[in-house]
Amino acid sequence: MEPGKQTRGASPGRVSAKKTSKPVKQPDLAGARVSRRQGSFSSYLANHRKIAKESFRRLIKHPLSSLMTWAVIGIALSLPAGLSVLLSNVQQLSSGWDGSAQITLFLKMNVSDDAAAKLALSLSARPTIAQADFISRSSALDEFKSLSGFGEVLNYLDENPLPHVIVVKPETTLATVAQTDALQKELSGIRIVEKAQLDLQWVQRLHSMTELIQRGVWALALLLALAVLLVIGNTIRLGIENRRDEIVVIKLVGATDGFVRRPFLYTGLWYGLGGGLIAFCLVQMALVWINGPISDLAMLYYSSFSLSGLNVESTLFLLGVSMLLGWSGAWLAVRRHLGDIEPS
Amino acid sequence: MIKFDNISKRYEGGHEALTQVGFHLNRGDMAFLTGHSGAGKSTLLKLIMLMERPSQGQLVVGGQNLNRIPRRQIPYFRRHIGVVFQNHHLLFDRTVFDNVALPLEITGMPQREIGRRVRAALDKVGLLSKEKLNPLQLSGGEQQRVGIARAVVNKPALLLADEPTGNLDPELSADIMNLFEQFNQVGVTVLIASHDLALIADLKHRVLELNAGQLIEESRQGAELVQTDVSMVNDGDHNGTW
Repeated sequence: MEPGKQTRGASPGRVSAKKTSKPVKQPDLAGARVSRRQGSFSSYLANHRKIAKESFRRLIKHPLSSLMTWAVIGIALSLPAGLSVLLSNVQQLSSGWDGSAQITLFLKMNVSDDAAAKLALSLSARPTIAQADFISRSSALDEFKSLSGFGEVLNYLDENPLPHVIVVKPETTLATVAQTDALQKELSGIRIVEKAQLDLQWVQRLHSMTELIQRGVWALALLLALAVLLVIGNTIRLGIENRRDEIVVIKLVGATDGFVRRPFLYTGLWYGLGGGLIAFCLVQMALVWINGPISDLAMLYYSSFSLSGLNVESTLFLLGVSMLLGWSGAWLAVRRHLGDIEPS
Repeated sequence: MIKFDNISKRYEGGHEALTQVGFHLNRGDMAFLTGHSGAGKSTLLKLIMLMERPSQGQLVVGGQNLNRIPRRQIPYFRRHIGVVFQNHHLLFDRTVFDNVALPLEITGMPQREIGRRVRAALDKVGLLSKEKLNPLQLSGGEQQRVGIARAVVNKPALLLADEPTGNLDPELSADIMNLFEQFNQVGVTVLIASHDLALIADLKHRVLELNAGQLIEESRQGAELVQTDVSMVNDGDHNGTW
């Protein structure tokens, strides 16, 4: 901005608003050749940038104590973040079953391939059934041989001990347990069906368990967020104490409350961001660490499952939350303690 | 510029620091405020700075009735006033330049403009060559000059000083007072609290003397004592009686 554009004697909004009611006295302060630019948005932004940089530099200047604060926040946040990652992996794993039940029909041993296939076809035509897959006893045996590792042993059997199987997936509109139960009863009434087994309970159990764990994670997250808030609040409080002289001086020369608060709020933001990054690193490191054993375990179950880490979205969420916590913690401290520091 | 109208200030606990003080300092005036320690000099300056509020009476500074300025507007009001303290109130975690720049920083002035003004202010107090030093590296007199540069950097209409020469030897004190006179000559209203009576006597300015919270006014020449009940109002817009 050019010096010539400076408005000589223009008063800040509030003051001039007051003064217009007293035109006689106006020349007094209007004579004060104080240039006022707080109305300028770009210089306001420039000030924000400057303060953000300065408060970051201030943190870097004391790397050890800053790192300690970051680590405390990071550890506190990594716990709920890590747990929720694990939980979302479990949910992803179980979502393969869609949460819907599956009814397995074991047919009587004397049923022919044709009859079984016909039954599967007629079942899949029913409106209450989404899908009915026929697995013949021979293909079931082949599969069992190849997967179980008992192939050699099974060759010694005289005849195939496995029955025909039809896997029935009910229509998803059959949402309630009672409806699925009814379908199961109905299917077990079919003449050539030996047994109709509803594979529902374990899905339900898993679901309610993940629900429970999820709530636990949320409660933990809430508690730890509160802890982070307090840690940052206390750290900022110490910062305020350390800069007491500075606060007094800038209040004396006419700094607004907003200006006095700003560096502390930015400091809180940086604490939050640093803590969030540390939490991110901790979670990713932990996932890498346990991913090996987990994929080994999954291989034993013939699954190619491997843990997925924090995706971009949840990383941004983590960082956003931690910055928000940092800012809020600083805000609490500033609200509580800055008012006490007045020039006297 | 400053109009005290029957101002009293009673602190919590009952101590009355000022009792019915009334005076009027015109725009462009320079005056000294004297009195024993505890006479109420600092309280009077604090009232002008809105660091304290009067318990009673009307206080008008720069055409604004201070009773009507809400807390949120105090910062904007203070930007019109430069203040110099006995203990400088300098910050030792930054350079001389940054200390002087503070009053401009808070207004959000662009850096280039700040640099220009800070150097102008430092030049005026003769410390331009020391802008990059830490205030700790300066002598007491130089530190006080930095304080003065900070007080005048945003070109206030009113300059207040609370014992600005309190810690300085007579020669340096005279230098500092000379600086204040220079600012006064370019139209700045100056009010200096000081108990250095010898120094004040040398300078022919108006003297306001406080005694136990009450104002006794001496004449402009420092010779003839004028009691507070004698009206010395000499400008039209002051109608207060005191």
